[in-house]
Amino acid sequence: MSRGDLIDVGYLVAAVFFIVGLKGLGKPRTARRGNLLGASGMLLAVLVTLLDQAIVSYWVLLAGLAAGAAIGGVLAVRVQMTSMPELVALFNGFGGAASVLVATASFIEVTDLGVVDDQVSVAASATGVIGAVTLTGSVIAFFKLKESLKWSGFNGIRTVNAALAISAIVFSILVVTDPMNTTWLWALVAVGALLGVLVVVPIGGADMPVVIALLNSLSGLAASATGFVLDNTLLIIAGSLVGASGLILTQIMCVAMNRRAVDVIFSASPAASAGSIDADDVYAGKVTSTSADEVAMILDTAGRVVIVPGYGLAVAQAQHAVRELTKVLEANGTEVVFAIHPVAGRMPGHMNVLLAEAEIDYEQLIEMDEVNPTFAQTDVAIVLGANDVVNPLAKTDPDSPIAGMPILDVDQAQTVVVIKRSLSPGFAGIPNPLFAADNAVMLFGDGKKAITDITKALGD
Amino acid sequence: MTLILAFTLFVLAVFLGVELISKVPPTLHTPLMSGSNAISGITLIGALVSAGSDHSTLTTLLAFGAVTLATINVVGGFLVTNRMLSMFATRRPVEKTGDET
Repeated sequence: MSRGDLIDVGYLVAAVFFIVGLKGLGKPRTARRGNLLGASGMLLAVLVTLLDQAIVSYWVLLAGLAAGAAIGGVLAVRVQMTSMPELVALFNGFGGAASVLVATASFIEVTDLGVVDDQVSVAASATGVIGAVTLTGSVIAFFKLKESLKWSGFNGIRTVNAALAISAIVFSILVVTDPMNTTWLWALVAVGALLGVLVVVPIGGADMPVVIALLNSLSGLAASATGFVLDNTLLIIAGSLVGASGLILTQIMCVAMNRRAVDVIFSASPAASAGSIDADDVYAGKVTSTSADEVAMILDTAGRVVIVPGYGLAVAQAQHAVRELTKVLEANGTEVVFAIHPVAGRMPGHMNVLLAEAEIDYEQLIEMDEVNPTFAQTDVAIVLGANDVVNPLAKTDPDSPIAGMPILDVDQAQTVVVIKRSLSPGFAGIPNPLFAADNAVMLFGDGKKAITDITKALGD
Repeated sequence: MTLILAFTLFVLAVFLGVELISKVPPTLHTPLMSGSNAISGITLIGALVSAGSDHSTLTTLLAFGAVTLATINVVGGFLVTNRMLSMFATRRPVEKTGDET
């Protein structure tokens, strides 16, 4: 068996590891093993690649591996669970960037050697634009998630994006028809980079889960396109597996918001269309404010409590406080479950990760479809930092920007306690009639402090 | 490898990916994303060959950047996924005994 054959067999085994690993990642019991399998497949792929005869010098590559492993390791160990969305966005971006760099380096090599063909130039164009969009889109998503970027674009941004998309097509054609001039590829990468920025900049807040899932998919597709540049089967297979899984997550997020991915990406945020209902009409004189002591009294006699966490839980870092409250309530004989809306938070599964960090049993986290019929038998629903996902306007107002979005029916609970800083609207920019409902009380303040105060009051 | 063969692989792998992922519980959405993202760092193996081939200073520089970024993606991605999943795992024994009794 030649060296080349050995490498190919190694790649085949690695591909099988990736497939079995991804399958494992889909089930709670096997998820950890699945991740380890994926990592083993990657290690194997790297090791057999080092046998490649095209590699004549190992210094550069070892330096890159060492630097990357150190940085990646530190990032992974240090990150706070509340910052997971940012980290995932950043990793997506790095993957996209790496694909662009590999594709351009290989393209320059083959053009220098004069052996460029159509497959290479088409694939290099695809990688250039997809990878660049992934990189800059992810970087923008990263800063938006950190809330250090408030800029949400300018008038006519969609026209500019359309023009950029057209120029991307033009530059791709130039790369293919005039491959010896590598300037076209750089121009294409630049256009892709600009497009990534301007497409993600207007998107924010509650639409982030869709964006992250889509960028995840794109990072896979960029790797797959790189596989076509290098004629490498493992890149094609692994990249498209990831591309497909990202697309499915995108689809799940879109269904959960009753929006189409195209609308999320290419239309303005729903807040722009939210003028129909005036907040003062909804809230005036009807909002009941309460105190931690009163909430504790209500909870003291409750048989079943459902906690509805939202992005506010992550912001207030209240997950551990919530666990304390859960323990006290359970010791009191109260049944406590968590109702998880699929798009609560800023990335798919955000709430599950936070609550798992606080060692809350995942059996207690109930999905929307399963928990909704049980609200009628629920004594107290605690809405903690969630807003749009519990807004009844989604059902009652066909003109509302969230019309048709599946929501958690907390209003059917006997008492609804809403813990929130103020009456300010959620991402959709509309008032929430739930806050003015007869069975709802508002506990204004920081989520973590409010929960801690309630727990204390229950103990007294 | 012919283009059509490469394309066949691509299409089959996309369908396989859809089949593999289609019924994932929400609890695993984040780990699935970060784990699959680590797998997309497979572009690393292309970067390694480029970085070692010593073609020109420009391509070596580009490839060095690619190796570094892809390794961050791979190492960071798998590690952080494992960290998350080990948090999910803390209660697994409790759940198991619950199933058996």
